[in-house]
Amino acid sequence: MSHSQTTTTEHHPALAHQFDSLEQQKDASMLGMWAFLLTEIMMFGGLFAAYLIYRLRYYEAFVAGSTSIAVTLGAVNTLVLIGSSLTMALAVSAAQRGAQKVLRGFIVATMLLGLVFLGIKAVEYHEKYVEHHIPGGVFGKFGPTDIEKDLQEKDHKTPEAAAQIARQTEIFFCFYFAMTGLHAFHMLIGFGLMTWLLWLSRGNRFGPDYYTPVELGGLYWHFVDIVWIFLFPLLYLISRTQGAH
Amino acid sequence: MSTAITAVQPQVMPAKHYLNDNYGIRSWLLTKDHKRIAVLYLISITFFFFIGGLFAAMIRLELLTPAGDLFQSDTYNKLFTMHGINMIFFFLIPSVPAVLGNFVLPIMVGAKDLAFPKINLMSWYLYIGGALFSLATMVSGGVDTGWTFYTPLSSGFVRTHVILMAVGILIVGFSSIFTGLNFIVTVHRMRCPGMTWGRLPLFVWSNYAASLIMVLGTPVLAITLILLALERGFHIGIFDPALGGDPVLFQHMFWFYSHPAVYIMILPGMGVISEIITCFSRKRVFGYFFVAFSSIAIAVFGFVVWAHHMFVAGVSVYSAMVFSLLSFAVAIPSAVKVFNWTATMYKGEVSFETPMLYAIGFIGLFTIGGLTGLFLAALGTDVHIHDTYFVIAHFHYVMVGGMVMAYIGGLHFWWPKMTGRTYPEGWAKLAALITFIGFNLTFFPQFILGYLGMPRRYHSYPEEFQVLNVLSSAGASVLAVGFILPLIYLLWSMRYGEVAGPNPWKATGLEWETSSPPPTHNFEMTPVVTTEPYAYGDEEGTVVP
Amino acid sequence: MQFKLPLFPEQASKIAPQVDALYLFLVLVTTFFSLLVALLILFFAIKYKKAPGRKAEQIHGSTLLEIIWTVIPLGISMVIFLWGAAVYFHIERPPANAMQVYGVGKQWMWKFEYPGGQREINSLHVPTGRPVKITLISQDVIHDLFIPAFRVKNDVLPSRYTSVWFEATQPGTYHLFCSQYCGTKHSGMIGEVTVMKPEEFESWLESGKAEGSMAANGEKLFQQFGCTTCHRPDSGARGPNLEGLYGRPVRLQDDRVIVADDNYIRESILNPNAKIVSGFQPIMPTFQGVVSEEGLLQIIAYIKSMGEQQGQPLNNRSTPTQIRDSEVPNIQQQMKQNSKQKPSGKQP
Ligand code: HEA
Ligand code: HEA
Ligand code: HEC
Ligand code: CUA
Ligand SMILES: [Cu+2]
Repeated sequence: MSHSQTTTTEHHPALAHQFDSLEQQKDASMLGMWAFLLTEIMMFGGLFAAYLIYRLRYYEAFVAGSTSIAVTLGAVNTLVLIGSSLTMALAVSAAQRGAQKVLRGFIVATMLLGLVFLGIKAVEYHEKYVEHHIPGGVFGKFGPTDIEKDLQEKDHKTPEAAAQIARQTEIFFCFYFAMTGLHAFHMLIGFGLMTWLLWLSRGNRFGPDYYTPVELGGLYWHFVDIVWIFLFPLLYLISRTQGAH
Repeated sequence: MSTAITAVQPQVMPAKHYLNDNYGIRSWLLTKDHKRIAVLYLISITFFFFIGGLFAAMIRLELLTPAGDLFQSDTYNKLFTMHGINMIFFFLIPSVPAVLGNFVLPIMVGAKDLAFPKINLMSWYLYIGGALFSLATMVSGGVDTGWTFYTPLSSGFVRTHVILMAVGILIVGFSSIFTGLNFIVTVHRMRCPGMTWGRLPLFVWSNYAASLIMVLGTPVLAITLILLALERGFHIGIFDPALGGDPVLFQHMFWFYSHPAVYIMILPGMGVISEIITCFSRKRVFGYFFVAFSSIAIAVFGFVVWAHHMFVAGVSVYSAMVFSLLSFAVAIPSAVKVFNWTATMYKGEVSFETPMLYAIGFIGLFTIGGLTGLFLAALGTDVHIHDTYFVIAHFHYVMVGGMVMAYIGGLHFWWPKMTGRTYPEGWAKLAALITFIGFNLTFFPQFILGYLGMPRRYHSYPEEFQVLNVLSSAGASVLAVGFILPLIYLLWSMRYGEVAGPNPWKATGLEWETSSPPPTHNFEMTPVVTTEPYAYGDEEGTVVP
Repeated sequence: MQFKLPLFPEQASKIAPQVDALYLFLVLVTTFFSLLVALLILFFAIKYKKAPGRKAEQIHGSTLLEIIWTVIPLGISMVIFLWGAAVYFHIERPPANAMQVYGVGKQWMWKFEYPGGQREINSLHVPTGRPVKITLISQDVIHDLFIPAFRVKNDVLPSRYTSVWFEATQPGTYHLFCSQYCGTKHSGMIGEVTVMKPEEFESWLESGKAEGSMAANGEKLFQQFGCTTCHRPDSGARGPNLEGLYGRPVRLQDDRVIVADDNYIRESILNPNAKIVSGFQPIMPTFQGVVSEEGLLQIIAYIKSMGEQQGQPLNNRSTPTQIRDSEVPNIQQQMKQNSKQKPSGKQP
């Protein structure tokens, strides 16, 4: 970030009119992105707080719900997403070097990994659908769910207790769908951003002095990953030790 | 002072400015110029203000008589709900920031534009998108949940289009997030040389503080509304006691945003007042640091008092005490501001142009409104006056007596800058007077009504409350005149007003250094600031080009 | 239009003067500061009105003044806070010897029931000189019971019991409002509180006989829903003995100790699995959606009465005294009619 650069890039094609220098432009964009991520944190934060409150209130139901979801799929997804963060980071460094082809390759890789993630997510959702573990008035309508059976058989709960706990897992699944759904929605926005980056990189415009869009896209993608890094233990892992099996 | 000299100099409009830079509807709808976007906002929020006002007029008409004889009770419920929603989300929250802030904040810090002009335009489109949802809701029958959307009433009982309205508010919420984000980045990164944090105009400080709240608070409202919509659409049980949910949790989440939001609705107004008071007292602001810092203090403390709306909603006695204590803490920075404004007039050269009248009105009415907030923050009295007309009176004093006065005052103050022409001073003074009288007549009786025990959101009421209600309704019609007058003469002045010149008020601040209306990129040359703000009395001026 | 211009509400409860005192103090503070600010502005406006030949004196500020006008409002507001909190404590804490009344709010009416079984709709009768506690629950959305003349109110939630208590001092008829917006007829969810001298109240109770006391009705439900299959008084039962349960600390399976109040019993019936009594199996089925809110209140009244009939609470903490069935004459139907025809004018 040498100062001479800012003077020579006065008329850089990427410099927007309201800025005096590329450096100022980059600083502003980065700050804007961080501020935006802060709002995202508050948004997910509200959901996390509500989740934790209900977890305390319906502890057993949350344990039962949490242990019933497919931890292996979740774990694979975590790896996939971490992988996509890596490819994204590589994309940013490619942009920094001005290697447009490499950049495009890594962005496509990131998107592919994202697709894998969503595919696995879809499998999980389908599983819930088959098991009638979806909120919205179907709980208990199709006879005892697997959770109820497990509670009776593996946890040796009384039928009454099992029925009640199983009924209350509906709230767990509300949160499961709300949280993973909101996360998946953010991934979709991420796809939009990636597509935009691909489109931008056609003009070979990224290079050592201008790669802000890629960096912003990267920040966003990492953020979405990090949200998952919190979601995974909170939804899948947190209750494993308490579960009897 | 050079008043006499400039007065005789004929002012001419600059040849090229942001309004005549180019023409055509496209040049407006695709503009990235913050000044044009401000004008777009001005038009749209004025529309919503009068829609909201029309609802208010209908409310006051119904309340002329104790019996609910004018409207059906369902209709009445929709009236106050749509009144509250339109006034808060579609008028008051964007009022000062998105109109005045958008217009002058970048100029004040010496920038060519906001940091993200495209996002700024997108904010306006988001606003319009949300507004369309709101209009769609109104056309399809409105909602009747109250602006607070309390569950389980809103999620499972009312039969109106709650989801539609919630989506509208969600969208307009993102508009306010992006405006806040733009302001924060602009203040951090776009200040011109010499514009240090200690030299920022107080209007910038207070908008910065409000932006912090917009960025941190609004997303919580977003998630709350999403949960509400899911609950209503799919009956998922988060707020439904029958499914094990907790209806009071909704209130916590709602007020976690909506209390800080009331400071979004006052802080920018306070900034306007700081500008006006200094200008028309021709004085440096008294205690610059304290006024600036108190804005931040309000924004920060504002986040930890939300449960004072829930003292009788079943929170525990001890948490009620904590929230009460904190509510008193948040009142102190406001007190600091009021005293500093007053002290600013001390030994000044005070004159009474229209903006100053509104500013003085603001100080008086905000003080009453704020102090009656203490009645509500005090646990013992809140039990009695919660959800009565006392609360209605309190918040109309701070929101209408405070923020709307500041907004209209600011609009007059910067009108010459925005249009290049001055408004008719005589009419404007008359309107200010009418507004002040009408306002007090409308809302002062409501304090008494509230303490007598008249509950809010009542379509009919016991007979003994009638006299006070009639006073209030009479006041509202006076108030309406006070609000319609500026609409007329301001529009008139755009064509027939006198040409204002760059600095009709002889004010300090960068926005007065450029021509009126300003050129598209605000300044001919990047300004350099060498003096502190409000350097009244310093003859050299602030800018060394 | 009748010309009535009341400026101050009637004071009809013991707490009302206390709330009013704080209110008047606040009015004083508000008047003082509003006048102070207004007069200062007026004074400066006149004294320092722009005049040729005089220039503004530039003053930067004064830290001393800033401290003064931070500390003084802070001090005053702390006084208000402490005062307000003290009054609130009083309002929120019902005394142990309060007479019980139960209230159910629903869209859009109030139903009250006395332990003796007397019921009223949109009308409430209470004696002077005796604390009255109304335990409240909503059948649907959130409501709020508000009696301005008593200066009390509390939200009525659909999920748990809340309460309002007061001690009336002035015989008369007063407004009773729902002050939480609850839908279409929110403003119609109103009623009247009739305050009577104790003797008159007793005879009023007498005059309105009910089919049975709340506890008696509760006992019927207790049998009807089969609670007795598990909660028989003899100790061989599958469920815990409920005698003297009310107000007693209960040890739970996870070693927490919880006092069995109204909300605990309610939860035990609707969501028995939430808190398991130590030493028992969670075999109790839920009665959610089976028992009505009124039924629940009756069952609670019955469980309350169980210990007392024995006359020996199982723990040594004193159970709150309440009207015993024996004290309350059994009154019937007539009372219902009483409550339907509006009391004419002010009752003595
Ligand atoms: C612009 C909006 C705005 C502002 C600025 C405020 C400011 C304040 N508000 Fe208000 N309020 C609302 C808008 C606002 N409010 C709305 C919309 C509602 C109702 C929502 C609904 O239910 O629909 C509400 C409701 C509301 C309640 C809940 C009432 C209830 O429902 O029971 C409470 C309770 O504590 C409260 C308190 C306060 C306090 C302590 C302040 C303080 O910030 C005020 C600080 C200012 C001063 C104190 C005046 C200046 C000071 C002096 C001149 C010096 C003297 C000072 C002292 C001695 C301390 N407000
Ligand atoms: C920015 C916020 C804002 C503003 C500016 C106003 C402005 C006004 N408000 Fe509003 N009000 C709220 C925010 C606001 N209000 C909120 C949040 C609520 C709570 C809602 C809820 O409970 O959910 C509320 C509730 C509320 C109530 C209580 C309703 C109830 O609880 O039953 C009343 C009653 O008097 C009222 C009156 C007024 C009046 C007379 C004005 C006046 O200032 C308006 C003046 C403007 C005009 C009158 C418009 C101009 C004139 C015309 C369009 C021509 C036609 C007019 C006539 C012929 C008279 N408001
Ligand atoms: C199938 C047996 C069974 C039935 C029927 C039953 N209960 Fe229970 N109940 C229990 C058991 C076992 C417990 C203790 C474990 C627990 O807390 O869930 C209990 C606990 C309780 C408690 C808490 C007691 C304490 O000591 O803290 C209350 C109150 C109660 N039941 C009331 C009722 C009422 C009222 C009904 C009928 C509407 C009823 N029960 C029906 C078995 C039953
Ligand atoms: Cu019930 Cu309002
Ligand atoms: Cu508040």
